[in-house]
Amino acid sequence: MTIQFNDETFRDDYTFFNSPVAIARFPFPFDKDDYMYSVNMEPHETGPEGTPFDVRFDVDEHYVSEMRDRAITLDEDPLRCQSLPHMELAGWDLLELIMVSKAADYPDLFTLNRDGDRWHWINKPLGIEQRFTFGDPTTLPYGPMEYITRQAQGDFAVLDQREDNLWMDAGMVTSQADWSLDFDIGMNFFEWHAPVPKAHEMGVFQRALKFLMHVNQDTPARRLNWTMTVNPRLDTSPENYHKWGPEKRTITPENVGQKQYLRVELQTFWRLPRSNALAFPIRCYLINLEDLTSVPKWGRRLHRVLRDLPDELADYKGFAVNRPVIVEYLSKFDDGAPTSAGIYPDETDVALNKVPARV
Amino acid sequence: MTRVTFSPSILSRPVYAPLESHGAGPTIMLCDAEGAAAILDLAERDPAVMDYAHVIYIPSGSDYTVRMRALEARQYHEAPSYDAITARYRKALADATMGTRLYLAGTEGLIGKAAAEALAAGLPAQAIQAEHRGSIARRMQCVHCKGVTEDVTTDPFTCSHCGLTLFVRDHFSRRLGAFQGVCVDAETPGEVPERQEILP
Repeated sequence: MTIQFNDETFRDDYTFFNSPVAIARFPFPFDKDDYMYSVNMEPHETGPEGTPFDVRFDVDEHYVSEMRDRAITLDEDPLRCQSLPHMELAGWDLLELIMVSKAADYPDLFTLNRDGDRWHWINKPLGIEQRFTFGDPTTLPYGPMEYITRQAQGDFAVLDQREDNLWMDAGMVTSQADWSLDFDIGMNFFEWHAPVPKAHEMGVFQRALKFLMHVNQDTPARRLNWTMTVNPRLDTSPENYHKWGPEKRTITPENVGQKQYLRVELQTFWRLPRSNALAFPIRCYLINLEDLTSVPKWGRRLHRVLRDLPDELADYKGFAVNRPVIVEYLSKFDDGAPTSAGIYPDETDVALNKVPARV
Repeated sequence: MTRVTFSPSILSRPVYAPLESHGAGPTIMLCDAEGAAAILDLAERDPAVMDYAHVIYIPSGSDYTVRMRALEARQYHEAPSYDAITARYRKALADATMGTRLYLAGTEGLIGKAAAEALAAGLPAQAIQAEHRGSIARRMQCVHCKGVTEDVTTDPFTCSHCGLTLFVRDHFSRRLGAFQGVCVDAETPGEVPERQEILP
């Protein structure tokens, strides 16, 4: 497997783009024509081949540029990466999980040699080679969680499990859908989800917490979440809301196809062996409406989902102000035809768009 | 009228209940303003709660000093401000023995700050009780500059550090002891809604 890494930006001039391969493998989050919160958890088993679900930690064409964007955000605001003192062991657990997984899933890109606690890590795409002693933070340039998550796409929350609850006690958060690690660190599962409308009353969080506390080392789990973002911006943080907020009001019927993105989070859940903490990677995928509607099934379905979404959810997800323009645009791609079950494009969709059937 | 009924809100927003005596045992009591009345009520319900109590009272214009002194707590201290007693309070927390209970009473700002300090010192959350009395002014953290503005009574309000106009959220961090303030005109700079007194 060879990946051609894009040279692109997620801020200022926004040169981010998806290749035809990236479009075809996009993790479209809707398996039917409507959406409401649910405990949509499933085992994180591998497959189908070529999709982001095929490996433990997906590496794609955005890897190198995303890591560059993370470094910029961390330089501007180091509080995006924090770990409460009792979470260092969990940081080592996470480092091991990611290194072992990447080296096994992408042997041409990553190498891990281990001789007892003396480890040798090579990250070819980022040009990193590091010898260090596992468990000794003085042998790494950063703490273990920060070190490895500067080399892994997506945000990472690391949750301590105690008192029948999960606690957001460490994290690396630079590509978030508008929540603040600095504010939420130390909160339990119900506290950090407190602002989400409707789901508490539906019992979603009580059930999700029960499920997550029983995730074992050999049963990682995953779910998809989504929102809408104007421009391909990873750092939609509350910290910088006054900087990116004005961009939300630049959507017009003429530019909506290019500037309005569907933002999908592939959330996975991993029990860590030494600390018994739960690693919670939140991987962000972006696709604009123009690219998304090149898959006819997705265009039809997204139109129906957004058109029929309850107002409270559109408000909470922060796109209520642009919904009329988005729905009007998408309506042109909805001929009323029935859609097939599941998230994947139809065979005919793929053929129509001349994207590789197997990506 | 010092007791306030807060409207139901989101799960991170603290809720308060009348202080409940756990009897004679090691106790730190910290109150400001009308919060003194909550301590007086507690002592009336169970005078034994004062036997091992270290009471710190910040009057902030209230006048319960005579009655507070008359409680004859094991240790009693009056202070002009929270800042003035921070070192003393920290020492009391650091010296606290296993099983020490913390009773907080008064404004949300005092309760938020003092509870955060106690949690940071290692006191378990279950050992902390808080009863709100008096002003409903809030202690707000600006999510943008991270500065904390005390005694916020309007929504929106001006961050006392960076000057952004912030709206008052109910999302609350126990670690920071503060509610979250977020720029109200981020998407439409200059379009600021009219200031209103915050409601309970």
